[in-house]
Amino acid sequence: MSARDNILGRIRAARGAGPTVTAAERAAVDERIAKHPIGVRPAMPWETVPRFIEQCVRMSSTVDRVAAVGDVPAAVERYFDDANLGKRAVVWPEIAQLDWSATGVVVEARPAAGPDLVGITGVHLGVAETGTLMFLSGARTPAATSLLPETHIAVVPIGRIVRAMEEAWQQTRDEIGDLPRAVNFVSGPSRTADIEGLLQIGAHGPFRVHVILVG
Amino acid sequence: MQNLTESTGQSATAAGSTFKQRAHIKLHDVKVQRAMKNFNLAGARARAMVELDNLEDIRTDAAGIRDRALADLDVWLERFETEARRRGTHVHWAETHADINRIVLEIAAKASVRKVIKSKSMVSEESHLNAALEANGLKVVETDLGEYIIQLRGETPSHIIAPAIHLNRDDVADLFAEHHKTPRNNDPAVLTMEARKFLREHFLSGDMGISGGNFLIAETGSVYLVTNEGNGRLTTTMPRVHVAITGIEKVVPTLEDVSSVLRVLTRSATGQSISNYVTILTGPKRAGDTDGPDEMHVIIVDAGRSKLLGTDMQEALRCIRCGACMNHCPVYQNIGGHAYGWVYPGPIGSVLTPNYIGLENAIDLPHAATLCNQCGVVCPVKIPLPDLMRKLREKQVDRGLRPWQERFGLRMWAWFAARPGLYGLAAKIAARVGRMAGGSSGLIHKLPGNGWTEERDFPAPSGKTFRELYAARKAGR
Repeated sequence: MSARDNILGRIRAARGAGPTVTAAERAAVDERIAKHPIGVRPAMPWETVPRFIEQCVRMSSTVDRVAAVGDVPAAVERYFDDANLGKRAVVWPEIAQLDWSATGVVVEARPAAGPDLVGITGVHLGVAETGTLMFLSGARTPAATSLLPETHIAVVPIGRIVRAMEEAWQQTRDEIGDLPRAVNFVSGPSRTADIEGLLQIGAHGPFRVHVILVG
Repeated sequence: MQNLTESTGQSATAAGSTFKQRAHIKLHDVKVQRAMKNFNLAGARARAMVELDNLEDIRTDAAGIRDRALADLDVWLERFETEARRRGTHVHWAETHADINRIVLEIAAKASVRKVIKSKSMVSEESHLNAALEANGLKVVETDLGEYIIQLRGETPSHIIAPAIHLNRDDVADLFAEHHKTPRNNDPAVLTMEARKFLREHFLSGDMGISGGNFLIAETGSVYLVTNEGNGRLTTTMPRVHVAITGIEKVVPTLEDVSSVLRVLTRSATGQSISNYVTILTGPKRAGDTDGPDEMHVIIVDAGRSKLLGTDMQEALRCIRCGACMNHCPVYQNIGGHAYGWVYPGPIGSVLTPNYIGLENAIDLPHAATLCNQCGVVCPVKIPLPDLMRKLREKQVDRGLRPWQERFGLRMWAWFAARPGLYGLAAKIAARVGRMAGGSSGLIHKLPGNGWTEERDFPAPSGKTFRELYAARKAGR
């Protein structure tokens, strides 16, 4: 008997079930997964976009808003100047396709590495309930770009903001089907309170998360 | 009263061989007492819970989600395994703690691993994984700031989510100055940045990343991680090999189910509406991916857990490791985590430890509680912790595990209690003796063979006994 069979056998014996999984038991599991019902949630008496902005700020992200995607490069340059971040960034390919020529910002479309200071990404979805950014890993959406640099800028079209995490999962099933290697939900800059319970912003992940809403 | 003394700064875990001895030492350790008061996780939780207008319904639902998975646990685990394997994850099963260490070492040997970086894993604390890896020549670096601090000090965590809760900034300043060879600075912001700088090197050079798993998602075969520092993301993204270690009880059916539980997990743990990073990992690097590990492994651990299934202890397996029970426990808050002697402190530790390592090896733990039920009230998945501790106490009595003095004393009491006349006489004599011992102050300063009067006086009996008063009342006088 393998360790697997021993463990699963002990569990079945403990719950008084027969030695092998029955078709009915598998069907019950299939049904729960197929239906994936939403559980009990708190009241959500708010509009998604204002809630998203409010909760981003609560999680210590900063938020800017522009009318159209063409306005993003100027908004990035403004943020660079205000935060004194220089002029260079590594970006997702979709961000590199914007017209950066009118700005002094130099963007490189490659995954972030250790020394890179600013990463600019798009987003899969935004989650209004908690001010959360949702990223899917992939060839054109490297996870490192939202993780290694000290500053992370995310471009979020307002049409991509959903109510809560349950809606985010349903929309992901509808649009993508199976999950990618990594789904990352990011809510503000990294933090720790491991020394005397005092909150420090900027542990191992970015110190700054700046959200540029589009629309 | 004894004088309070400062701790020597040596490894606190080693001192004292029984819970009572360790608790006694901690109760007189001013530094630990002060450090514990720096954290106010209970207050943070209270503020965060106000946002959930239907908290009781949400807790009931969360408990139901955990119970549903536990009811058919093997079927959900089998489904998780199928879905994980389908996406390229290697699934391993560990019956014992020794199995965990053996499996990790085998994976490491096969992949020529030399340096291991770790995100927080309490299950790996159960198996003393770091020691096993180091004994085999591997370099192991804990990357959660609190875990990093206690690793450098050679200690074990004193809290499941705030491992260095027993230390203060000066302890960390001394430690970093010694190990990093940097100028001493006791500013927590500076210390945090220093740890970031030193650990970043390790993140970029680690061959294997080891994480825990807050949950396993059966629907997608994914590992679900909830973190704040970002070390969980780095540990599972940068190295060539990722190994997640978690218990059999952590499987949850669907992404919706885990989303429900998350609402109460982060609020209960740190008072956050959500942790900064929630990461769902589903297999190794895909074709075209520029980051992620080449190999992903999940080790599903039994090590005593299946013994609780189908018993009056099963509810303990609902635990989602938020730490709220310890944050609200008057006993934990005064003695800290090391006094409990094993991986999980506080009320949940007092239940899990006797179940996992044997009731006879944790004789004091079910008694390390006032049964005030603060833990039961705050538990996000409604584990009836005081009831479980009471049941463990009963099992100790049934199995004759209590000390002979206690058993003898109870037998004596039972003998008298079964003889009302004699009992009344004995109570009367005891009350008279107590009154004399109290003297004019009415206080007894020292009870024989009892530590109770070390910290306070015992009020001496006064007036008539209950039985005398009752008899008088019945006689209509």
